[in-house]
Amino acid sequence: MSKKTELTASIGDQTFRLLTLLMAISVLVLMVWMGWQMYDSALPSIQKFGFSFITGRVWDPVKEQFGALPFIYGTLVTSLLALLIATPIGLGVAIFLNEMAASKVRVVVAFLVEMLAAIPSVVYGLWGIFVLAPWLRETVEPGLAKWFGFIPLFQGTPAGFGMLAGGLILAVMILPTIAAISGEVMAAVPNAQREAALALGATKWEMIRLAVLPYAKSGILGGIMLGLGRALGETMAVTMLIGNRPDILPSLFAPAYSMAAVIANEFTEATYALYLSALVEIGLILFGITLILNVFARFLVWSVARGPKGGTSNE
Amino acid sequence: MGQSLIVRHLEAWYGSNKTLKGINMQIAPNQVTAIIGPSGCGKSTFVRCINRMHETLPGTKVKGEIILDGESIYDQDPVALRKTVGMVFQKANPFPSMSIYENVVAGLRLNGMKSKQKLQASAEKSLRMAALWDEVKDRLNYSGMSLSGGQQQRLCIARALAVEPSVLLMDEPASALDPIATTHIEELIRQLKENYTILIVTHNMQQAARIADSTAFFLSGELVEHGPTSEIFTNPNDKRTEDYITGRFG
Repeated sequence: MSKKTELTASIGDQTFRLLTLLMAISVLVLMVWMGWQMYDSALPSIQKFGFSFITGRVWDPVKEQFGALPFIYGTLVTSLLALLIATPIGLGVAIFLNEMAASKVRVVVAFLVEMLAAIPSVVYGLWGIFVLAPWLRETVEPGLAKWFGFIPLFQGTPAGFGMLAGGLILAVMILPTIAAISGEVMAAVPNAQREAALALGATKWEMIRLAVLPYAKSGILGGIMLGLGRALGETMAVTMLIGNRPDILPSLFAPAYSMAAVIANEFTEATYALYLSALVEIGLILFGITLILNVFARFLVWSVARGPKGGTSNE
Repeated sequence: MGQSLIVRHLEAWYGSNKTLKGINMQIAPNQVTAIIGPSGCGKSTFVRCINRMHETLPGTKVKGEIILDGESIYDQDPVALRKTVGMVFQKANPFPSMSIYENVVAGLRLNGMKSKQKLQASAEKSLRMAALWDEVKDRLNYSGMSLSGGQQQRLCIARALAVEPSVLLMDEPASALDPIATTHIEELIRQLKENYTILIVTHNMQQAARIADSTAFFLSGELVEHGPTSEIFTNPNDKRTEDYITGRFG
C-alpha cells in the first residue's frame, strides 16, 4: 500500500471519529443547555419561594401564590398506580407470548400490543372521557367504595375524573412498553437455560421462574423503568382525565393535577413573569425527578444484574 | 440404582425432517453406553427422546416406544420422568443468577425439599459425587459462573445427580472442555456407573473406547451396530462401522 492511500484512510477515520464525537457531544450539550435555560427562566420563582415551592400546597395565580406539591403528588400517584397495574399485566403478556402461545397466536397478539403503543395519546384521552370515566363513575368506583371503603384510598364521591382514571389510562399506555421490552429480553434467554430447568423436572411455570425470569430480570426492570419514565412525562391523556384540580386528597377517586398537565393547561394563560417562571420551575422539577429516577433505575438494574459473588448475571 | 432401558422402533422428526428411522436398542443398567456417529446421525435426538426433551421443541414428533424399568415413558408425566432420567448438556448451563450451592439444590427445591439440613447434606453429597466438592466447598455462595468451564460442567453434573435419577443422559458433555477437564469428567463417569445407567453421546471415539461398556454406532438416523465396546472397536460386524472408526468417513 502506498503512503498516500494510508494517509487518506487515516484522515477518513479521523474525520469520522470527530464527526461521531461531535454528535455524541451534541446530546450532552443539548441536555445541559436545556437544564440551564430552564433554571434561568425559573430563577425568579426559585428566588421568591425557595424550597417552599416544592412543599407548598397552594397554587393560586391570582394571589401570586405558587406551591407545586399537589402536582408532584398527582404525577407520582398516577404514575405509581399505572406501574402497579401495568407491570403484572405486561409481564403476563410477555410470558404468554414468549413461552406459552402458539406461533400464530403470538404474531397476532404481539401486533395488537404494538398497536396499543401507536395510538396517539389524545385518542386515549377521548376514549377515557367517553368510556373510561363514566364506567369508573358508575360501576368501578361505587363497587370499590362498597367493598374496600374502609381504606382511605377508596373513599369519597365517585367522580370518574381523578387519579384513578389518570392512573388507569397511563397503565394502558405503558403496558406495551413493558410487555415489548420484557418480551424481548425473555426471547434472548438461551434455550439451554430453559432445557436445564426442564431436565431437572421443572414444569413450564417452574421453568419460567427458575430459568427465564432470573436471567431476564435486569432487562425486565429496565422495561418497567422505561414505562415509568413515559408515565411521568405523559401529558395529554392525563390532562383530559385527572380532573385538573390542585388538591392533595388521599382518595384515588378525587380529582388531582399533574406536573405535565398544569404546564400544558396554564402556559398560555400565564399573564405575568412570576407565573411563567413558576410553571418553568415545575418543568425543571419534572426534569429533575425523571433524571433522578433514571439514575436510580440504572443502579437498580446494575445491582440486580450482578447476582452472586464472582460472576455477572447475563453471560 | 440404575435402570434398564428398552427402545422399540423409535422414530423422531424435526418438522418434516426424519432424524430417527426406527431404532431398536437395549440398554443395560449400571453400564456406560456410548452413542457414536457423525454429525447429524441422530445421536443427540436419540438421547433427547429418552427424557422426552425432544418433544419440547416446536414442530417435533416422536413415534415408537421406550420402556424404562418395565414402564413405557410415554405413559408417564414428562415432568416426573425427567426426575428419573437426568441430563447433562453439551455446553455447561448453570443458572447464572444462582450461587454454586443454589445451582446444585435447584432441582431438589423444585421437588419441594425445604429443610436446610437436608438440602445442604444433599448438595455436599452431589458435589462429592461430581468430584467438585474440594474445589468449591469454601465458596458455595459464589456465582456458578465464577467457575472454570470444566468445573461448570461438573457443577451441572452435580445438579443433575442431586435429584437422584437412575438414568443419566450426557450429550457430548466434554466436547467444550480442555483435555484435563475431559479426563476429570471421564473418571467421574466411570465412578458414576455404579449407581446410574449412563448414556453418553460423544464425537470422540477414543473417549467412547476409554469409558463405555457398550457402544452404539448411529448413521443417518439408523442404529448400525450396538455391542460391547471392545468388539465394536476391534471387530465390528458392519462395514460402515469399520469405515467410521477407522476414520474413512465422518
